[in-house]
Order: sequence, then C-alpha cells, then structure tokens
Amino acid sequence: MVRWIAVLFLCVSAAVQAELTIEITGGGENAIPIAVTPFKASGVSVPEDVAAIISADLYRSGRFRPTDPSAQPELPAGPTDVNFPLWRSAGIQNLVVGEVAPSGTGYALRFYLFDAFRGEQLTAETVTAAARDLRFAAHSVADLIYERLTGQRGAFATRIAYVSSTRGADGKESVALNIADSDGHNTVGIARSADPLMSPAWSPDASRLAYVSFEGGQPAIYVQEIATGKRERITAFPGINGAPAWSPDGTRLAVTLSKGRNPDIYVVDVASRAARQLTTHRAIDTEPAWSPDGQHIVFTSDRGGRPQIYRVPAAGGPEQRITFEGTENTRASYSPDGKSLTMVTRLDGRFQIGLLDLETRGLQILSSGSLDESPGFAPNGAMIIYASSEGGRGVLSSVAVDGGVQTRLASQGEDVREPAWSPFLNRRF
Amino acid sequence: MNKTGLWAVVLVSAVFAAGCSSTGGSKGGAAGGDGAGVSTEAYGSVGLTADQLQQAENRTIYFDLDQSEVPPRYYDVLRAQALYLIDNPDMTLTVEGHCDERGSREYNIALGERRANAVTRFLEAEGVAAGRVNAISYGEERPADPGQGESAWALNRRAIILY
Repeated sequence: MVRWIAVLFLCVSAAVQAELTIEITGGGENAIPIAVTPFKASGVSVPEDVAAIISADLYRSGRFRPTDPSAQPELPAGPTDVNFPLWRSAGIQNLVVGEVAPSGTGYALRFYLFDAFRGEQLTAETVTAAARDLRFAAHSVADLIYERLTGQRGAFATRIAYVSSTRGADGKESVALNIADSDGHNTVGIARSADPLMSPAWSPDASRLAYVSFEGGQPAIYVQEIATGKRERITAFPGINGAPAWSPDGTRLAVTLSKGRNPDIYVVDVASRAARQLTTHRAIDTEPAWSPDGQHIVFTSDRGGRPQIYRVPAAGGPEQRITFEGTENTRASYSPDGKSLTMVTRLDGRFQIGLLDLETRGLQILSSGSLDESPGFAPNGAMIIYASSEGGRGVLSSVAVDGGVQTRLASQGEDVREPAWSPFLNRRF
Repeated sequence: MNKTGLWAVVLVSAVFAAGCSSTGGSKGGAAGGDGAGVSTEAYGSVGLTADQLQQAENRTIYFDLDQSEVPPRYYDVLRAQALYLIDNPDMTLTVEGHCDERGSREYNIALGERRANAVTRFLEAEGVAAGRVNAISYGEERPADPGQGESAWALNRRAIILY
C-alpha cells in the first residue's frame, strides 16, 4: 500500500533560522520494546538516518523503548532474512526493517513491522515523498508504526508553531513567529517584528495561523495563510486584541477584547469580522479555548479573586467555574477527546503544567519546572507541548501524557516560547 | 527602543538643554517656543520641575505582586504629572502597563492593562482630559530587566508614562 504525503509548502521571506535542538530524558516504565534497524539505501543516496528519526519519534511518545542499533542482535539484509529467535532471545518483540528507494525525484520508504515473538509480519507499507520531505516521510512511517501497535493515530508528521526572540548587541529585540517539524527540525520563520508577536493558533485545517502582533504600537489579531504568507487583520479595537482560538469548524475565532474597558471574551466571525460578546464581567476574562465539539468555551477569569478556569456555552449562557485546586489556573485547552484540560497550575508558588480530568476532577501535575506555561495537546492527545525556562532562557518542552518521557527543544542564542501543536497534516489518498 | 520611548528621550534631552540656559520664570514662562512646556516651575507638593518630571524615575510606577492599584507612595508625583500635563494640553500621552514573567502571557496582558488603566484613571481624576491618554499593555513581553528573581520581577511590574 502506498501513502502519499502532502506537506505544507511554506513561502518564507528568507531569513536564517536558528535550529531547535532536541534532548530527550526519562523513560516510560511500561514502554514497549522496539527495534528499528537501519534503513537500507537502494540505488539512492539518503542524507538522513531514517531509522534514527523513527526511533526518536517513538521514544518521545513515552510509549516505546527503542533499542540502539549497537544493541541490536543483527542487521537483517531484508524482510525475508530476519532471524526471529535472535530477537526473541534479546527480548525485543517489535522489529522494523526498511529500505529507502528512489521515487521520481524523491524517495520511497518501504518498511516491514514484525512481531518477532510470533515470527509474524504485522504490516508492510510504503511512504513516498519529495526529496525535501524525507524527514517528514520518516515521521509518517513512525506514525504508522505507532498506530499499528497502540491503536491510536500517530502525531509525529505534524508541525509546531512557536515564538522566538533575540536581543541584538544594540539591545533591540527581534521577535519571530516560526514553524518547525514536531521534532524541532526544519524551522522556517513566517513573521518577524521588532514589536511583540504572541499567541499563535492553528486553524483546524492547518492552513492558517491566527496570532497577535503589536506592530505599529497597538495589538491586533491577524490571520496568515501559511503557504502564501498572505495575511489579514481581523480585529484592531482600542485596548486588548488577544488570545485568538479557532472554533473547531474554522469559521470563528474566540478572542479577548477590552475595547478600552476590561477584557471579555468575544466570538468573531472570520469572514465578516462581526464580533459577538460572550462574557460580560468587570473582572479579567481571557484565554478562551473551544471544546472539540464546539459547544463550550473555557477561559481564564479572576472574578473570584485569583485567576481560575471557567466554562461558558459557546452560544452564550451561564458561566461555571471548573477549577478549584491550585492557587491559580490559567490558559486551559481541551484534549482532542474533550475529556480533559491542560492548563498552567500555580501550586506553592510554582507554575506547572496541570492535567485536569473533567469527569473525575482529578488533577495531575505533568511538569517539574517553576515557570512552565502555554501548554497544548498534540492532535492525538498523547503528548503536551509547553514552554519552560532553563537557566533564564526560554525553551520548549513536551511530555508524554501517560509516559514520563520529557523532551526539551532549545535554540542557540534565542528565547523560544508559546508553542502550538498543529492539527494532523498528512492527507491520506 | 520603540518610537514613543525614543521620542521621550529626545524630549527629555531637549528640555534639559533648554532648562540649562533658562534663567527661571513663572508658570510656563520660559517656554522655548516649541510648545513642549519648558519651565522651571515646580509642580505639585513634591515640587518637581518639568525636566525632573520627565526623568524616567518620575514617569515609572512600580506595582506590588499581582496588584494593579497605584501604590500611595506615587500619589504626589502623579499629581505633579497631572498638573504638568494640564499645563501642556497639546502633548500626546501614552501609559504602558507591564508585568513580571510569572503567570500566563495573555493574563499578563490583561493585568498590564489594569495597571495602565489605574495610572490613566488617576491622571484623569486629577484633571487630565479624559480620552487624552493612550493606554497600552505589553504584559510580560517587554521586561525592563530580562533576568529572573525577585529584584528583576520588581522592576518589571510597572507602568510608564510616555509623552
């Protein structure tokens, strides 16, 4: 079976981008052992270590414990040459054998997934991609392996948007809005400013980003088409124009507007720009996020004293407080299944990433920093990406929701912050 | 530095230069013809002159943690600022609100706006024309001190009057 990968092509005003570097720590106790043997290059030179990309993805998820190639008992010449008893005695149940072949001007990644204990082939698939999308094709292979073994769709062939800033020798700050692969590679800048850029949010079809820009000395909300760079200003009212969040159908943005008074939640129709006020309270109401079914909006409000999370029907109606643990809870967003919220929880003076089960009301703290912020789920709900601070510098971190594996993405000489994980990108034809 | 900030520095320098050559005078009397309100008159109970009022230390209000009320220790200098601004009705005026890095970014935009609005309301209560002040919040996006810890955070929880 052949799967074609459609990758977003980014039209970029060229500027050298600092690459994010990745560091993975911790390990899931119940992680599944797997070995991805080095992919054989057949009649083509392959500039990336495909097996290493796949292994790193699987490890990052917290669900797998990949075996280093040096600890693998053999390198099978091909899918028919696997010596299963060798893998059985090494305790490695899941085995991936693959090869890279030319396909047009790009590559075809063919892989076989085996259950070595049973000596059975579980799946065999081919992913093709343009030459520039080799890494993305490797992420797609990781997605297929992940899905076959966990039953849950993989989210490695996705992207993250984030904000970076550097301070020049003259003390002037330069802020950029960037997009990178989910593992931090292939960073491209899509907007740059001497004034703050904030709060990137992916449209549900992943074609556009909404964000806040202070260019010209006033905040405004923009929507930018990623492929073309074309952008439109959606709101520029007096006062705050902030915290854009797309409705699940992609037609509306929930936003924060203060209109020179105090911040409330509004719902703005993206096409007509018509704004409807959703909350009316003299306290701060901000950071709206939609439930996946589009029925509710959660938001941060300090109407009870300290900021906590509240929920309101998206069509308007009674507002209900939903967080009670922690001194403060802010910037909530729903898991893709709508069953939990991730948010910033302040406990004992530390700001950490909380996971609230909306049914049991159980709160779990997922991070260990003291200034962690801006959490958001991967589109399959298995990981949460957030911003943290390390040695005074902003870095991005991700954590497997049920794994304990932590990934850190840092950028040399830059502060990076406000990560937003894209929706699923790979269209399957 | 932003445009407004640059303008403030230029203005301070100009006033300082003019002030040096001025031989004193009554209220607004030593104006150098540029409408910037050069004066050696002392404003308010704190007795600050125009060039003193334009110093950054007299245009910056620091806030306590999570607070957005103007601390009483700034009442006198803000009253003097208001008198000076009433004397110079053509000056355009921006009040920026800022926060330390703790708390979420968009919440801090809102908290910074509260600080800017608190200073704006104080100036308006003291007679500065309503609608004259352009209040803007940068939240935690523009720290005065990019460091971490209490001393940096205390410097970052601020409102700045820019004219």
